[in-house]
Amino acid sequence: MATLTIGCFPGLVGNMTYDFALKLAEAAANKGHKVNLWFSGNATGSIKSHQKHLKDYSTGEKYLKALLEKGVEICTCEACTVARGIQKTEGIEKIQWNAMHWYLAKIHSSDRVLQIGGE
Amino acid sequence: MGDVKLAFIVQRPQYKGETSRLAITHAIAYQTVEILLEDGDTVTPKLCFVGEGVLGLQKGQKAMDLYGITSTESHMKNTLLVDLDVLVCKEDLAKYGIPEDAMPDAEDMGADKKIQVVPFSEIQKVIEDSKHVLFF
Repeated sequence: MATLTIGCFPGLVGNMTYDFALKLAEAAANKGHKVNLWFSGNATGSIKSHQKHLKDYSTGEKYLKALLEKGVEICTCEACTVARGIQKTEGIEKIQWNAMHWYLAKIHSSDRVLQIGGE
Repeated sequence: MGDVKLAFIVQRPQYKGETSRLAITHAIAYQTVEILLEDGDTVTPKLCFVGEGVLGLQKGQKAMDLYGITSTESHMKNTLLVDLDVLVCKEDLAKYGIPEDAMPDAEDMGADKKIQVVPFSEIQKVIEDSKHVLFF
C-alpha cells in the first residue's frame, strides 16, 4: 500500500473541487492506502464544527469525521484558520492544527502528492 | 529517505487570489520542516513562476501602505534570505513587458541568493528533477 498526500486549498462552498478532494481521499483510504489531507487557504474554513447541511450547499463536517474514522490524517493550516476567525475550540475534533511544514513533512514520506489549488 | 526535491510551479498572478501567495509561504516553510523529519531527511523546494505567475513580483510594492498586508516583494525577499532557489520564466516576463531588472533582491537583508530569470527549458528541468510537482 502507498501513501497519498493531498493538499486542498479551495473553499468548501462555491465549487466542487473541495468535494472531489474528500471523495478522492475516501477512495484511496478504502483501498487501504495511507492518506494525509492538508487544508490551506479557503479550505481551512471547512474545519469548523456544527456545520448545518443545507442541501443547496456542500458540507464538509460529516465527511471529514468519516475520513478521520478511516484513519485519514487531516491537518489545517493554523495561520490560515485563525485568519478566518476560527479558533481551535471551534474546530472539528481530531483534526490537527499545525504550520505549513506539516504538509512538507507529509510530502517527504509520500509516494504520491496531489496539490488541489484554490480559487 | 534523504532529500526530497519539490517543484512549486506558480501560474497565477499575485494578489488576484490567495493560492499564489501560499506557494511562497509553503516553500519558505521548508526551513523548519526538519523538526518533523528523521535525522538526515530534508525537503528542498524550488519556487518557479511561469505564465501569469510572473505578474506581481516587481520591486517597489506598497502593499503594506495601501492594504496593510505584507507585499509579495517582501515575501520574495524572505525566500532569498532563507536560500530558496527562485526561478522566473524569461519568456513570460518578456511577454508581459516586464524588465528582468524589475525583479527584487534582498541584498539589503544580507541574502546571497538572487532571483534567477531563466528560459522555460530550465524550469522544465527543475520539474523533471523533482520527485513531486505542485501547481499553484
